Amino acid sequence: MAAKTAIRSESGKVRRVIVVGGGLGGLMTAIKLCEAGVPVDLFSLVPVKRSHSVCAQGGINASVNTKGEGDSPRIHLEETAYGGDFLANQPPIKGMTDAAPGIVYMLDRMGVPFNRTPEGLLDFRRFGGTLFHRTAFAGATTGQQLLYALDEQVRRYETVEVEDENGMAIPGEKMVRKFEFWDMLSLVQDGQGVCRGIVAQDLKSMQIEAFPGDAVCLATGGPGIIFGKSTNSVINTGTAASAAYQQGACYANGEFIQVHPTAIPAADKLRLISESARGEGGRVWVPKNPKESRRGREVPESERDYFLERRYPGYGNLVPRDIASRELFVTCFHEGRGVYNTRTAKNESEVYLDLTHIPKPTLKRKLAGILEIYEKFVGEDPYDNPMRVFPAVHYSMGGLWVDFERSADGGLVHGSPRNQATNIPGLYAAGEVEYQYHGANRLGANSLLSCIWGGMAAGPAIASYRNNMGSSAYDAGSNLFDGAKKREQAKYEAILKMDGPENPFQLHAELGQMMLIDVTIERHNDRLDQVLAKIEEIDARSRKVSVLDTSSRMNQSAQFVRHLQNMIVLARVIAQGARNRDESRGAHFKPAFKERDDANWQRSTLAMHREGTNGHGQVNYVRELAYNLNGTQVNVSDAVDVGLVKPRPRKYETAGAASATAADDKAKASPSTTSV
Amino acid sequence: MSQAKNVKLKIKRQESAEGPARYDHFEVQWLPQMNVISALMEVRKNPVTSDTKEKVAPVNWESNCLEEVCGACTMLINGRVRQACTALIDQVAPGGEEITLEPMSKFPLVRDLVVDRSRMFNDLKTVKAWVQLDGTHELGAGPRQSPENQEEAYPLARCMTCGSCLEACPQVNDSSNFIGPSAISQVRLFNLHPSGKMHAKERLEAIMGEDGVAGCGKAQNCVEVCPKDIPLVDSITQVSRQATKHMLFGWLFS
Ligand SMILES: Cc1cc2nc3c(=O)[nH]c(=O)nc-3n(C[C@H](O)[C@H](O)[C@H](O)COP(=O)(O)OP(=O)(O)OC[C@H]3O[C@@H](n4cnc5c(N)ncnc54)[C@H](O)[C@@H]3O)c2cc1C
Ligand code: SF4
Ligand code: FES
Repeated sequence: MAAKTAIRSESGKVRRVIVVGGGLGGLMTAIKLCEAGVPVDLFSLVPVKRSHSVCAQGGINASVNTKGEGDSPRIHLEETAYGGDFLANQPPIKGMTDAAPGIVYMLDRMGVPFNRTPEGLLDFRRFGGTLFHRTAFAGATTGQQLLYALDEQVRRYETVEVEDENGMAIPGEKMVRKFEFWDMLSLVQDGQGVCRGIVAQDLKSMQIEAFPGDAVCLATGGPGIIFGKSTNSVINTGTAASAAYQQGACYANGEFIQVHPTAIPAADKLRLISESARGEGGRVWVPKNPKESRRGREVPESERDYFLERRYPGYGNLVPRDIASRELFVTCFHEGRGVYNTRTAKNESEVYLDLTHIPKPTLKRKLAGILEIYEKFVGEDPYDNPMRVFPAVHYSMGGLWVDFERSADGGLVHGSPRNQATNIPGLYAAGEVEYQYHGANRLGANSLLSCIWGGMAAGPAIASYRNNMGSSAYDAGSNLFDGAKKREQAKYEAILKMDGPENPFQLHAELGQMMLIDVTIERHNDRLDQVLAKIEEIDARSRKVSVLDTSSRMNQSAQFVRHLQNMIVLARVIAQGARNRDESRGAHFKPAFKERDDANWQRSTLAMHREGTNGHGQVNYVRELAYNLNGTQVNVSDAVDVGLVKPRPRKYETAGAASATAADDKAKASPSTTSV
Repeated sequence: MSQAKNVKLKIKRQESAEGPARYDHFEVQWLPQMNVISALMEVRKNPVTSDTKEKVAPVNWESNCLEEVCGACTMLINGRVRQACTALIDQVAPGGEEITLEPMSKFPLVRDLVVDRSRMFNDLKTVKAWVQLDGTHELGAGPRQSPENQEEAYPLARCMTCGSCLEACPQVNDSSNFIGPSAISQVRLFNLHPSGKMHAKERLEAIMGEDGVAGCGKAQNCVEVCPKDIPLVDSITQVSRQATKHMLFGWLFS
């Protein structure tokens, strides 16, 4: 046997790294690995190009400052920390906001058709939580355009050959191998708990296989489908994160679920109307008269209540999402002032989102994608009459816990193998699946950024880990992989035999409905106790479902049973985290504990899985974590690193409150400058 | 309130391409704003046929975004190729007519309504549908582009590889290897980009000949069915012109 090299294992196999997920996070990780000369196996439930990232509409943030407003990465950092209610570690945010302008330039070089200014520069628009024009956009389908750009680069690597140590192409080995229509079932861990690969199932043939990988990066996106209907794609069940959690990965800040204020209700999905609608000047209002029977456009200006502008004169319609959603909820539920429906003689849970004052050509150029969605699904003309919208579950700030290495000046050590590392050695995470960048509330257009930046950080970190690792996963012995594969096969066989009275899809609808009502905008401890009890009941019933389909080819029902089981596990983490946290912070709001409580709760929620005696999972919350990184012990705690921006109360009533630097700049500028 | 009405579905079922096909009939309760996907979701909550009252395996179909941006849910609805997620029940069957769902016919069948479109992703490799980047490290701003350029590129860039145009194209069939409209349109897109242009020649060479632009029979069905209104006929004409020019004068520059 030859010695292990940078490319080959002792046994002569090409040493690959596994990336699970082909959204923005996974694709960027794969590209960075390829650039570092590391071949990749890329797994995805759907063809990569159909990943959930296509749904993103509004844009991506970067303080490029082309509008002469004095924006800077420092201000972006401050506003992100403030918007997240000081629950996010700040060194990684700094890494991200510093890199943001370069990321947008990179995407532009890749060919993303960003909207342009007359001079041919990138155009930027406004988004929530800031007063600056910081959001680059490609019409209103920015996520799709970004995903396609990265997908194209990865496709190119599918045609590039792996080179050996001497620069000779290895026949038949390409830099990227794609496994599309594959579902990751579990990690393969060796005796020391080190992640050595994954077990996955081919969703067409239903074959289960184990794959070695020198490291694994999960970029599997968010878990929105736990809430039944949301703005998310149907595959966003969080199944992979749940599997990793059940194998010992820490899940952090699960209770922080973002509810987006403006979506369109429907039977299958709550379709988003992006914040960019408000960024381009859209206004939210309800009629002052709760029994107003005229159509929206016929209600005169003086009879409209622009309640966000009224309550938050500083940021108006562009207050952060947690605040806007709460205000909509209060207006519709507590005050009963939702748009009146003359047919049902009820105040519906809907408010107006009005763009009709903006010239149609401008709307077409900048927002056509979302207005098309409204027209197609509601069948009304948003150019003519204000849209009717309501909040919907949208994004998970929480996710797999990942580490970072802090530099002496409070920033990020670039390329450190600790960046984006989970507490399972050899397992990394990037994108919405992890918890790092947004704290208690994410600012709009910061997610596409954090997904891409997460991949940019994960790639080099994994390459560094791989360079310094002991034996390669490819030399770990076939027993390890055979055993892992057999375990998953047995589990799958058991699912195929399930023949109980419950329908898994129906049970999921029940779980979702409950989570949606009691674990979103307003949280009450007594209700959460009921939710937790009900989760146990649903867990028990999930063991009595019928698989509905025993086919040995593409079997979506059997697959769904597994996803359902994994969703229940994460639902418990989310609900229990919410029950424990007796304070209000960002998206987590308890009317009984209205204030933020820094003394007790300025800390990350760290959840670890424990198997209960009844076979149900239990959540074990910890204050400290330790893991081993290539022989070095790393110890971390739940304290939040707020070394760069000091916590202070959030006050969006006042313009400019989100950034001290911006406020200073403004004060220093001549007194005639009144606004940014 | 309108009284409870039902949505009727007739769905082509097939375990595999080789296996026998049959049609199952289902009825589910109508819901406001319902589309074909939400009807399918209701079916699987109680997969019993409406005529024979037989318990059957839930229908397999592909979908993801549910807002017509991922391309996954493309199928034949009443014989016409389109996305199921934007097929609103009230529009497809305003009078409560039965709706027929079938898989696309130009791609290998996987099961029920699911087909294998991997050839489309391979075609994107053939035409080198990417900008050749030096690397993702910081290299400053990209090339300046006029708003007009962006406005030409953006609609082309919205192609979601859904396959509708291939399904509708008579030239795409068992006895031809015609690459189809969408990949040709991608050639136009990348040949338009300031740096993508630098490799225009390779793309044109990849789509010359019968399997490429010359394979188009000008039926113009593609533009009719493209859900993103991509000017496919325009693209084919333009790329075909570029290819001819390259064939005639390319040697002058090489
Ligand atoms: C409607 C909507 C609009 C949005 N608009 C914006 C916006 O304007 N700006 C912004 O910044 N953010 C926006 N967001 C948020 C943003 O789109 C997402 O957070 C982001 O795209 C997530 O990317 P990701 O790479 O983490 O994961 P995803 O894009 O969700 O990709 C996950 C990948 O993992 C794969 N996967 C999952 N599980 C498995 C498994 N078990 N096995 C194998 N593969 C698996 C999937 O197939 C997929 O390839 C929006 C979100 C929504 C829902
Ligand atoms: S060109 Fe249109 S019809 Fe053809 S694959 Fe693309 S989006 Fe679909
Ligand atoms: S599900 Fe994405 S296009 Fe219909």
